[in-house]
Formats: sequence, C-alpha cells, structure tokens
Amino acid sequence: MKGSTLPFDGTPEQETKLRQKLNELKSTPGALMPAMQYAQELYGYLPYEVQCIIAEELDVTLSEVYGVATFYSQFSLYPKGKYKIGICLGTACYVNGSQNVYDKLQQLLGITSGECTDDRLFSLDATRCVGCCGMAPVMTVNDDVYGRIKPEDVEAILAKYRERG
Amino acid sequence: MDIKTLEKIRNDTFKSVGNRETHSTLEGMSFDRQVLVCGSTGCSSENSQKIRARFAELVKERGLDRIHVGQTGCFGLCAAGPVVVVYPDGTFYSHVKLEDVDEIVESHLVNNVEVQRLLYVDADGKTKPFNEIESYCRQLRHALRNCGVIDPEIIDEYIARDGYFALYKALTQMTRDEVVDVVTASGLRGRGGAGFLTGRKWKFTKDAQGEKKYVCCNADEGDPGAFMDRSVLEGDPHCVIEAMTIAAYAVGADQGYVYVRAEYPIAVQRLGIAIEQARSYGLLGKNIFGTDFNFDLEIRLGAGAFVCGEETALMTSIEGHRGEPRPRPPFPAEKGLFGKPTLLNNVETYANVAQIILHGAESYNTIGTERSKGTKVFALGGKINNTGLVEIPMGTTLKEIIYDIGGGIPNGKKFKAAQTGGPSGGCIPASYQDISIDYESLASIGSMMGSGGLIVLDEDNCMVDIAKFYLQFTVDESCGKCTPCRIGTRRLYEMLCKVTEGKATLEDLDKMEQLCYYIKDNSLCGLGQSAPNPVLSTLKYFREEYIAHVVEHRCPAGVCKALLKYEIDPTKCKGCTLCARNCPAQAISGTVREPHVIDADKCLKCGICASKCRFGAIRKV
Repeated sequence: MKGSTLPFDGTPEQETKLRQKLNELKSTPGALMPAMQYAQELYGYLPYEVQCIIAEELDVTLSEVYGVATFYSQFSLYPKGKYKIGICLGTACYVNGSQNVYDKLQQLLGITSGECTDDRLFSLDATRCVGCCGMAPVMTVNDDVYGRIKPEDVEAILAKYRERG
Repeated sequence: MDIKTLEKIRNDTFKSVGNRETHSTLEGMSFDRQVLVCGSTGCSSENSQKIRARFAELVKERGLDRIHVGQTGCFGLCAAGPVVVVYPDGTFYSHVKLEDVDEIVESHLVNNVEVQRLLYVDADGKTKPFNEIESYCRQLRHALRNCGVIDPEIIDEYIARDGYFALYKALTQMTRDEVVDVVTASGLRGRGGAGFLTGRKWKFTKDAQGEKKYVCCNADEGDPGAFMDRSVLEGDPHCVIEAMTIAAYAVGADQGYVYVRAEYPIAVQRLGIAIEQARSYGLLGKNIFGTDFNFDLEIRLGAGAFVCGEETALMTSIEGHRGEPRPRPPFPAEKGLFGKPTLLNNVETYANVAQIILHGAESYNTIGTERSKGTKVFALGGKINNTGLVEIPMGTTLKEIIYDIGGGIPNGKKFKAAQTGGPSGGCIPASYQDISIDYESLASIGSMMGSGGLIVLDEDNCMVDIAKFYLQFTVDESCGKCTPCRIGTRRLYEMLCKVTEGKATLEDLDKMEQLCYYIKDNSLCGLGQSAPNPVLSTLKYFREEYIAHVVEHRCPAGVCKALLKYEIDPTKCKGCTLCARNCPAQAISGTVREPHVIDADKCLKCGICASKCRFGAIRKV
C-alpha cells in the first residue's frame, strides 16, 4: 500500500493547504476525486501519508481512497521525475510506430511506464491519445511536444534535458 | 439577461465576426481583415498560441487597427497545422512557424501580397481559398459550425452566431413536451456510440418521478485516436452549455455536470471560462431569461479510466468512487446520479441540439439516411494524408471520406482497412469501401459507428497486431468488476500473442472465436460486450492473415517481430559497412566492399539497418 519506497518529503505548508482545501470540499457531493486531484497537483503524487490525510478529513476509509487511487490511471503512488516523459500509444501514434519509440525510451532510461529514474530526473508514462494525431507519433516532455519522432531521435532529446539538469 | 440585451449583443458583435467567411462584405464591419489562428490542442502543441501573440503584437505595433487577430477552435485540417486563415481573402496558411509571422504581416497584411510559400496546397496541386479546398467542400459542418469561426473564449462571438437564442426560444415559447418532441422528431441519435434516440432518452427522464434530477454531459472521450468531443469543447464550449440548459428545462433538472477528461487541459479551461461567462450573463443560474427556471453547471474531471465513458460508470465516478459500471435496469433515466433520475448525453449530441430547437426538426431530419439523421463528426487518423476532423452527412461512403476528404493514403501505399469505433468497434476492409456510413450499415458488417474515431490502415499494418493492440487496451482498461471481461479479455489477449509469435494452432483460432462470443454475451457493460469486436471483425475479414501467422509462421505485413527476419541481398550489397556500423547488436559482419551478412541469432529486428541502407539491399522476410 505504501507504493513508492522513496522517503516522503511533504512540507507542513503543503499539509495546511491540503487540509484547508479538504475542508472546503467536505460538503460537495462526490468530493473524493476532486480532493485527490488537488492533492496530486500539490504533491506530484499520492503517497501513503497524503492518502491518510484525505481519508481522515473526508471521513472515508483509507481503503476507499486507495481503491480510487489505483483505479484511475491519472493517480500515481510514485513520485514523478523533474521531466515527465509521455509517449503516446494511442491508435494513430501506434500505427505510425510509437511502440518503437517507447521501447527505445525504456531501454535508454532503464525504467518502464509509471516509474521514475533514481535521480528523479525522468519519469516515463505510456499515455493514451494526447490529441495531436496530426503529429503522430508524439512524445511529450513536461509541456514540450515532440511530433513525428523516430527512435533514433530519442537520445538527443533526453540529452538536452540532462544538460539542463 | 433579457432578449433585448441578447439581440443587442448579437448585432454589435456581428460587426466584428460577420465577415469571417471568404469574400465576405466589408460594409459596416469593424474590421477589414480577420487573422484567425487555430488554438486547439493539435495546433497549440506546435506553438500556435505564440504565433497568435506575435500577430497581435505586430498588428498593434504597426497601428493596423482595422485588422483583427483572433483565436478559434479547430479548423479540421490538423495535419496542416499550425493553421492561420485570413478573411475575407480566405487565405489558408499551413505549417506556419513563429518566424513566418513577420513576413505574413509585412507582405500580406500591409502590402496585400499573399505569402505563396506558406499557402496550403490542395490535392490537385493548386492553392485556393479556404472554402474551396476539396476536403472542406465535401463536408457539412453542423455540430462544428462555430469551430474555426468564433473565439471560444468570447461569449459575445457565440451570441453573434445566434447563440443562446435557442435557449430563449425553448424557455419562453415552448413547453417541456414540445422541446422533447422536436428533439425526437429531428431523429437525432446519441453520438457517443450506441446511437439511442436522443429524444426518447429525454422523454424517459422527463417522465421519471422525482423532485431532483440531473443532466450530465459525457466528455470522457477515451477512445484512442478520437478527438471530436475535445474539438467541440475547445472550439465551441457554449453550444454544449446551451444545449444542456435546454435539456435541463425539458427534463426538469436544475443541476448539471460535465464529466471531462483531465487529459484535455485546453478543453477544461475553455469550458470553465464559458461557464463563468454564461453565469455572469445570467444564462446559467437563477431565473434564466426572467422565467422561474434555474440551472447551473459544474465540471468534474475524469482521471483516466476508459470504462468511465460507460454511462453508469461515469455516474459512479462523479459520485467519487471507483468508476465501475452497475447493472441496468434501473436505467439512469429512473435512477442515475446520486440515485436520482439523470439524463446523460455525449458532447457531440448536445452540439446539435441548439440548431434543432432554433430551426426545427426538419432542418435536421432532412439530412442523412432514413434511419440515421443528420451529420457525424469523425476524427481521421492513422495512415491518411489529411489527419484531422471532418463532419459529413450520414450516408456518405467510406471511400469519399478517405479519398475525397481525407486525401488518400500517404506514400502511395494501398488502403487496407478502416477501423471505426476504437476498441469497441471493428475493421472495415477495403473491399467494403463503398459502404454508407450510418449506424445500421456499419453494424451490419460487424463494425460500429462508435464515437467517431476513424483510423485508416495501409498494407504495412498487420491486422492481428491491430487486434492485439486493442485487446491490450481493453485488458488494461477492464475495471475488473465482472469475470468475463476481466479474465476473458486477458485470455483472448494471450491467444493473440501466441498468434503473433507463431505459436498458435488453427484450433486456437476457433477457440478464440468461441471466447469472443462468450465475453460478448456475458459481460456486464458495454466495454466487455464490445471488447471482442476488433478480434471478431479481423477474423472475419482477414482470416488469411491469421492463417499466415499460424500455418506459415509469417507476418504478411512484416510487423510481428517474432516472425520477422532481416536478410541482406548479396547482389545488391556494396559492402559500404554502414549497416554494420549502425547495428546496435553488432549482428552484422563482413569486410569492406564485400556483401555483409546478418547473424539471425544476434539480430534484434529493430530495422535500423534497413533504414540506413542506401542500396535497398536489406529486406524483411
């Protein structure tokens, strides 16, 4: 249930903010998901400690929170890297060869979808359609979008972000 | 808000949006030229926001105050993005880069000379005004009527195009029954996939007993390769708000929810802006148009679960739980969200409503085929030249969509099949390209309309691999509640893996087919019931391809890696060593100027050698 083995590094300020928001949401019907979406935005992921706070404030069981967290692909129990890489495996990208790009990414980073490199620089997610099928295959790094990419382009793109550190 | 104010806004704003068509009149207009930059996801990801900002900056700098720079929703031709259209000339610039903007301003806006090198070149090799481009002439933009015309973040521009007049008409001149009757008579059917008659759904919800009712909009477009709903929300969010408000009036609801994918940030943001604007105009909230009708809307974000496109799962998700479907009956119309009667329609369905109310059922039911009325939006993707969004009257043939509108298959490849309906749909083989696109025809050949994703496949795509791709998707997305779907799809996926690895027998193919029907017949919700469709339809139309994998251990399209082998043709190889130097596995050996050889045991089948070879000496066998 703990998910990530990396130590929890939440700050008291984050906790205050979270509890405040949870208090506002308490009276909204169906508040759990908006609450978790807010928490994930705040912390970047949903560590055990944060799930406990949500369960306590919204008066639901921890298993309910965990159940929702693991049901939806948007919620992550693992931290994300400084650079979040998404490779689209939607149909339009897939038929244009995005699986080969994904294979290359896994090979170069040594991680698979949902994971984060040990230096917390990169995390990798195989995503569903990101919507710019005209640029297939598409890879995203945070807000940067790379279209019509080939496996041989990947190394240079990663190097660019490594340099930035 | 009252009708006088609404009319005044329409008339005032018309002066600034009225000439957004080719060769339109300038008389009485606020601007001589309109520069419209597409601001939807596709073009935005290629920097269209910065392009628009640069236009605005330059136009201001040069004091061109008779020129308006605006953003719009999707023009449809995403493959040509980023797209800029200049009216009234109708000039269509494609693949515009940030550094091109200065030239367009200087040459076109100041000196009236179009920048030739950036003009979109049509299929016939000519450049022409926007409205004369082949792929547009064939379309009928009904649900998308405002996409590419108005700025989705400005409510006045929506009003200038008769926005909210349908709501006024419904609230002040029609009874609730009349609204339902018009929608029923229009023949509009649910655009989310199943094609249930919309008016009937409205009537069920209207007739349901209960003080509290809800109206929901399904914008959880999870079908990979489909982006119709996103484009409507990004390009014309008010049309959905207006339609939901009309629906709420008809069924007697006072609260609505739009359940939208969190993966669509631009759509979420624009919808949020639109709701705020509608509230500030009193078009949402209490006593709309001075009547005793109250209605308000809330956005709920999905969190990435395909099953939440299923109506009962969607409502469970809004309630804050794992998005698992529940058995029907009771149908949502009796017992839906929070246990109350609920109306749920998809984005594109709503996008048609205001026009139907405003212009009557006949304006809609005269378009289309006998049983499938109106138009349908498709997201064209895959191996097709004009990737993008198209809207066609029902009854258009697949061939017209692919060749006349879609511009055919790139690189002179052969059209093999079209996939409609995504993971729930099936493949239409090239031999059926004359089929009419409507609910009944598609169902009759084992595919389905689906929400509107249309993926084109060419000779390089392996149909077994495509079926496997969709199955992997459903295995991932099965919510796990019922066994046939949770376990059945996984077993089916494993059998497909066996086929693509050349380990299956002919008996396995029969077993697969049996399992497909078992899953279809026994699953709880639409996801499981339709999950085997990609397998069944490829087995039906491309059985010989399955047999090639099974009997000959060969993948005819050259996709399935386990069955692939790369070979060097010694008569073509010049011994340039390029392949050997690029091989990541050091599987190629040979001396300079002598034919090289690939060691099949070391080869990873990555294909880099074949792509590097300048003599075409490396072939897949």
